Amino acid sequence: MLHIVNKSPYEKTSLASCLAHALEGSAVLLIEDAVYAATRGNVAEAAIRRALGELKVYALGPDLEARGMQGNLIEGVEVVDYGGFVDLVAEHRTNQSWL
Amino acid sequence: MTDVAEAAVLEREAQSVVKKFMFVNRKAPHGTIYALEGLEVVLISAAFDQDVSLAFLDDGVYQLVKGQQTKGLEVKNFSPTYRALEGYDIEKLYVERESLEARGLREDQLIVPVQVVSAREMARLMEEQDVLIGF
Repeated sequence: MLHIVNKSPYEKTSLASCLAHALEGSAVLLIEDAVYAATRGNVAEAAIRRALGELKVYALGPDLEARGMQGNLIEGVEVVDYGGFVDLVAEHRTNQSWL
Repeated sequence: MTDVAEAAVLEREAQSVVKKFMFVNRKAPHGTIYALEGLEVVLISAAFDQDVSLAFLDDGVYQLVKGQQTKGLEVKNFSPTYRALEGYDIEKLYVERESLEARGLREDQLIVPVQVVSAREMARLMEEQDVLIGF
């Protein structure tokens, strides 16, 4: 399954909830304000690093760049563009948006 | 096989496709429109004879609390509608135990009979679905 999160971990608990329900082997795509979670020093850094042990974690490049965060990415998080976003949706049987 | 017979077979096959739909409710009832809109979509889905289930987690568990009175807010109290779901053959309501406990809620405070499941069980239920729609 592909999990999609779009809220900052400071504002909402969506990411925490997502990570609590993502089974091993699932993918998590961070978009919009959720891309902050993929950056070093963010409150979610430890959770993202733990998640990388059993999940694939992606962040949407245009959202990182729009926020000036492209140079601050946690190692292991993979950056995708809009085409990559579409590929992820197509590759996974189902997806869940954690609004 | 004649064209007519073939068409009839194809139509039966198309009608027999039943997918597992889960509506994932994660928002409290009156602060935003999500819960009410979600419930409307669930009711619409009942018309399509699909395998529908509802999940309530995080603040979504507040949607099912008994005794909601919205007169003072002058908005619709849609909480009794959850009791009508049974009439539409929507009987799979899953509520996450951890979310209830984190909010000091007990199962007997909910407006409808539900199945209380752990976060892990909820994750597995989600994995089983063909379509997940979040509110």
